Amino acid sequence: MRYLLLAVVLIGAAALGGCGEGVLDPKGPIAAAERQILFNSTGIMLAIVIPTMLATLGVAWWFRASNPRARYRPNFDYSGRLELLVWSIPIMTVILVGGVAWVGSYDLDPAKPLASTVKPVRVQVVSLDWKWLFVYPDQGIASVNRLTIPVATPISLELTSSGVMNSFFVPQLAGQIYTMAGMVTRLHLQADHTGSYRGMSSNYSGAGFSDMYFNVDAVPAEQFAQWANAARNNSGPVLDAQTYAELAKPSQAVAPFTYRAVAPGLFGGIVTAEISADDPSLCIPPASPTLRAER
Amino acid sequence: MNLLGKLTWSAIPFDQPIVMGASGGVILGIAFVLGWVLLKGYVPYLWREWITSVDHKRIGVMYLVLAMLMLLRGFSDAIMMRTQQAVAAGGAQGYLPPEHYDQIFSAHGTIMIFFVAMPMVIGLMNFVVPLQLGIRDVAFPTLNSVSLWLTASGILLTNLSLAIGEFARTGWVAYPPLSELDFSPGVGVDYYLWSLQISGIGTLLTGINFVTTILKTRAPGMGYMRMPVFCWTALAANLMIVAVFPVLTATLAMLLLDRYLGFHFFSVDAGGNPMMYVNLFWVWGHPEVYILALPAYGIFSEVAATFSGKPLFGYRSMVAATMAICILSLTVWLHHFFTMGASANVNAVFGMASMIIGVPTGVKIFNWMFTMYGGRVRFSVPILWTIGFMVTFVFGGLTGVLLALPPVDWQVHNSLFLVAHFHHVIIPSVVFGVFAAYDYWFPKAFGFKLDERWGRPAFWCWFIGFHLAFMPLYVVGLMGMTRRLQHYDVLSWQPWLLVAEAGAVVILAGIVCQIVQLVVSIRGREALRDVTGDPWNGRTLEWSTASPPPAWNFAVLPRVATLDAYWSAKQRAQTAQAEPAQARAYAPIEVPKNSPIGFVNAFFAVVTGFALIWHIWWMAAVGLTGAFAALLVFAFRDQEEVEIPALQIAQFEARHQAEVTP
Repeated sequence: MRYLLLAVVLIGAAALGGCGEGVLDPKGPIAAAERQILFNSTGIMLAIVIPTMLATLGVAWWFRASNPRARYRPNFDYSGRLELLVWSIPIMTVILVGGVAWVGSYDLDPAKPLASTVKPVRVQVVSLDWKWLFVYPDQGIASVNRLTIPVATPISLELTSSGVMNSFFVPQLAGQIYTMAGMVTRLHLQADHTGSYRGMSSNYSGAGFSDMYFNVDAVPAEQFAQWANAARNNSGPVLDAQTYAELAKPSQAVAPFTYRAVAPGLFGGIVTAEISADDPSLCIPPASPTLRAER
Repeated sequence: MNLLGKLTWSAIPFDQPIVMGASGGVILGIAFVLGWVLLKGYVPYLWREWITSVDHKRIGVMYLVLAMLMLLRGFSDAIMMRTQQAVAAGGAQGYLPPEHYDQIFSAHGTIMIFFVAMPMVIGLMNFVVPLQLGIRDVAFPTLNSVSLWLTASGILLTNLSLAIGEFARTGWVAYPPLSELDFSPGVGVDYYLWSLQISGIGTLLTGINFVTTILKTRAPGMGYMRMPVFCWTALAANLMIVAVFPVLTATLAMLLLDRYLGFHFFSVDAGGNPMMYVNLFWVWGHPEVYILALPAYGIFSEVAATFSGKPLFGYRSMVAATMAICILSLTVWLHHFFTMGASANVNAVFGMASMIIGVPTGVKIFNWMFTMYGGRVRFSVPILWTIGFMVTFVFGGLTGVLLALPPVDWQVHNSLFLVAHFHHVIIPSVVFGVFAAYDYWFPKAFGFKLDERWGRPAFWCWFIGFHLAFMPLYVVGLMGMTRRLQHYDVLSWQPWLLVAEAGAVVILAGIVCQIVQLVVSIRGREALRDVTGDPWNGRTLEWSTASPPPAWNFAVLPRVATLDAYWSAKQRAQTAQAEPAQARAYAPIEVPKNSPIGFVNAFFAVVTGFALIWHIWWMAAVGLTGAFAALLVFAFRDQEEVEIPALQIAQFEARHQAEVTP
């Protein structure tokens, strides 16, 4: 009984706790589908697990040595029917949940583009020590530690890392994907509601890891266009090999800022390591105050 | 050319009061114990009876002592982390700076897996397997001592990092590129790598030793289908050790080559591929989970049967399930990185494979339940741990299947949900299992029972503390909290982490109960004495000999005709009453001779490891030469065994019989 109570309390608490944030409060189709799989499979398994817990306690208690009403069967060690039962219950559960896993792996494959009539917005993501760089190749701008996206629009992400492995994760929009140097991983997500969602690195990457979080601002499409225009027309820095090398130096808790222009082919250069933090051929100018600003 | 390599006074963290306090305390503790041993004149006794012993029972006990001490170290790390996360919310930075906190969680994982769980399980296999098989020792007794002391070397090196230098700040998995020289230039990763390489050799030798022992040296008549289930699980675990520990050793060797000789196996440049490390690490890492868990399942099987007064239900199913897990566990490692961007095909196949392991595991749960069904369950401490395991573990298994679903894994991988899950399976299975075994086999090892009045509160504290400590982590994990955070900005996580902290304190109370239990039991050992050698009405052969068993285990090797050999022997004795005990003729027995080679070899292993960590090349050469020379001297020994005269055996048996039937 205690365990049933515990499970109920746990689930209830998790649901309550997750109301304003996290995995249980999805704001996009991918995260919503993932939550549905979480709920379905938990339900299927709880139907087996809770009776098993109760039966274990019940059997142990009823067959206690001091209970004269329990029948002692000292040689009961085999029953074909029970064997069939004990093998088939887990097998059937696994077939059921396995089906969910199989279908889900294909449907929600992070590399699979979302079906939508809206043209996707492309974003190139680079994890750096210890901040995030978001390049918008079609808009020609870039942003650090803040990802602004239009709502109800598929976002197509290409991700890599400047060095150490990280994991790009916005729980309310989609599952995570690793970022690795010299490689590109892909993720597709979409926000159905405007709002600001917490994103983070979820793969430990060194001393500044704890501050490697960022906001995802999902805004209406017009506002997104305005934001991109503003970023293009402000007096912010330009992202090229030199400023990238400067940005890539380790720093923590960097306040969000934007680049008004991005050198063409920059992301590709980062992936192939033609552009990197410690390229000796680059002359690095003194740090700009914006870059080093602490949050 | 610096004679001490990278080692300077700055390696000792004088500026960190917490580290200095901890290492100072440890050094004082060791000095106190050593002083006491010297003063009391115990050194010759320890050297003769323990350090050079090749007796599997002594080696098993020493493994467990090491593991329990390291449990205290690993738990100290745990409670420090819980405290840090309980306070470092909002703008607060807590009391541990990142460079220290990052070492603590790396050390916690490394120590708990390699230096607590492994020696616990290996120690129990050492103590129990030869007794259950009805034999006098393992196949290679001296090699066994070498294994023990190599494990101790790894433990010593890891703990040296506390006072001299630093430990890895990479997490216990030490993924490159973070663990490469570019990103971790300090000695921390080298401490990690050399400790694991040295103790890993010990573990591999144990695997070879036990596979040979179980396959080749069982008592006469003990066919495979008459082997106790614990021996089956030990066989499976050791087969897996032999299969996968070389993978870990090779993987870590490649990382060492990267770090020491500028190779590019896992570097980001020059064609290196860090993904390959992750793959290879988990090729070892997932079977490792079952290397730990399967022997624990074996313990629960023995305990459930003994304390229900019934044979294990579905023995053949249990054996089949054990061997199925042994094979399947080699086919699922990719579920540790569904988030690496593999294709849907790969993720789906490995997700399904991972779930399939749930089938034999589920079968085991049901079979333990049916073992109790129709029994007379005596609620002694070992069965409390067993029932506590069963009800806890099914829920841990549930979250495990959730993590095997790629779409769910993408949402909770690397979060505290994951942390909660693996503690939810490892603690109830391995830790509860070993504690059940500790209460169960302690009287066999020392001749007296452990005090139940302290054993019960220890169980309840652990059980309640465990749920308090880890259930909240599921919640914050779903709320989006990732693991290994030194501080965090989301205030709504904090209440949950405070509950988890309270849970850690309750577990601490459980540990205190266990220490008190041991002290109280030793002091009251005369009242708790068991002269029969069979305090629980046991079923397997270890209960048929005296407690503690003599060096030769069995005066006459038992002849086995059934499963649960000792139980059926007792049944036969009951029916064939009143047959006068015959005066038996005993033959002299040869037992392996004590050897200091394990200890000496381990000494040189520590010297070599320390030298390599600090780049003191001459010292590494000295260490390697010393180890080689020691092995050479050992190889030319004249005498391998000593003979125990028949008279001594007869006298021992007569004394034991007199005690059993007064």
